[in-house]
Amino acid sequence: MREPASVSTMLTQRVADWRDTVATILVWSSALLITAVFLWILGDLLLRGLPHLSFEFLFDTPMDAGRAGGIASILVSTLVILLVCMTVSIPLGIGTAVLLAEFSRHNHFFGRGVRVSLDVLAGVPSIVFGLFGNAFFSLYLGMGFSILSGGLTLACMVLPLLIRSTETALRAVPDDFRRAAAALGLPAITTLWRILLPAAAPGVIAGLVLGIGRALAETAALLYTSGYVDRMPGSLLDSGRSLSIHIYDLAMNVPGAEGNASASALVLILLLLIINVLTFRLVDGWLHQRITPH
Amino acid sequence: MTDSCDSSTLRPWAQRQACCPTFEPCIEVLDLTVAYDGKTALHRVSLDISRGCITAIVGPSGCGKSSFLSTLNRLSDLTPTCQVSGSVRIEGQEIVGQELNLITLRRQVGMIFQKPNPFPLSIHENLAFPLRHHGMNDRQRREEEIEKVLSRVGLWEEVKDRLHAPALGLSGGQQQRLCLARALLLSPRILLLDEPCSALDPLASAVVEDLIASLRGDYTVVIVTHNLAQAKRIADYVAMFWQVDGAGTVIEHGSAGTLFDSPADPITAAYIAGARG
Repeated sequence: MREPASVSTMLTQRVADWRDTVATILVWSSALLITAVFLWILGDLLLRGLPHLSFEFLFDTPMDAGRAGGIASILVSTLVILLVCMTVSIPLGIGTAVLLAEFSRHNHFFGRGVRVSLDVLAGVPSIVFGLFGNAFFSLYLGMGFSILSGGLTLACMVLPLLIRSTETALRAVPDDFRRAAAALGLPAITTLWRILLPAAAPGVIAGLVLGIGRALAETAALLYTSGYVDRMPGSLLDSGRSLSIHIYDLAMNVPGAEGNASASALVLILLLLIINVLTFRLVDGWLHQRITPH
Repeated sequence: MTDSCDSSTLRPWAQRQACCPTFEPCIEVLDLTVAYDGKTALHRVSLDISRGCITAIVGPSGCGKSSFLSTLNRLSDLTPTCQVSGSVRIEGQEIVGQELNLITLRRQVGMIFQKPNPFPLSIHENLAFPLRHHGMNDRQRREEEIEKVLSRVGLWEEVKDRLHAPALGLSGGQQQRLCLARALLLSPRILLLDEPCSALDPLASAVVEDLIASLRGDYTVVIVTHNLAQAKRIADYVAMFWQVDGAGTVIEHGSAGTLFDSPADPITAAYIAGARG
């Protein structure tokens, strides 16, 4: 009875081989598809935008509704909006995450409530955040259409992402460190600052980079809050146009500005890349400084 | 419990009685009960631990040995569901159910865990950071203390050229010795060791074990171990934990000589003979 047994083994083997091949093709083609889409977008942008991209484009203010001139004021507004957003959301986000992960019991009703609210907030469409920002920051608090109300609205949007990723990262730090520190008589806050947060840093950065990406890409929430005046902003209470709104405006409302729209999009993507690399570098450096003595 | 020192016997655990001839209580545990979420893990344990000696806690898994240890420095506070009742006196000071300065307590009672747990910092920072935190701001004195303690655990020669390398890059045995150094640096009087060798290879385990044996006299050592041979090699006193009616308790304790040579409890006898557990 050896023959039939080995035949059936061979058959099973062949089916397994066949399945392996299909799986390999599927996995590879999906990876290739995603890469291809990204390359297509990038290639298209480079093709249409690169001819318009120049030193002057980056340092001139827009003229003729953006058909001519550059994007200097737009870049400044974008960066200041981002700065307001991060200044508010990083301390608030990390603080909340620390409270949830370290100082509240995992199944406590308060923590559960906060977590559910955050998960819902993370899924709320940005236009709803825009409406809220307009009603609360612009009208109720009287900030009007300003960089400040835009940045604060973005902070509300980014917070859920930041909190949840930081909390997850803190929870992933092994309990061994907490017990070791407690056994040495180190207070919780020292342990948190010197041991737990540095150990959780990679997760915190991942959340931060995602948040920055989301904030930079945002259009809907800013239309109602920071407005779309393309002048160079003089203060936080001036209206300012962000890059993504600029791209939208040039592409949809200004005939003959398609080239500049592509160039601006190219700048936006480069900006995202630069900020991502910079964030990783900065936090990595900070981590290193924690490990070595002072 | 204080056995006379019988030096005529050839058994090493009995010979060692000479090192710890008199029993002076340093830790007095009375009717200690520990429960997690209402489920009793340790039931009415009473046990005195002698100053300057090595006391081994032996017994099978799940009989509350680690729970017992974690009540001695109130590390049980970290587990919110853990309830402790009864009495634990350390040098006469009651520590159960009291508002007390945990930082002072934990400086006095150091602890080493089963899995070596150096911080994700450099070797040097692992030692300097707790020292600085506990107020030693004189850099030069700090460096001296660090060199002294690293020599004490036999690590100085191995790491003196790479003090600023990550501690997590050390081998398991070196990490455990670093953890021991970190605990010794705060000059505790009592050391709690929770199976300190069980995650190490045999050679590293032997090095750490010799180190622990060398602490006799200078520190009161309480060591939880699964390894009976290890208990025989280093312990002066032994407490046998066993699960009775679903909760751990002490079924026998006494000097290593008495417990290993003529155990009174039949379960202890069977466990030591290797027939149970």
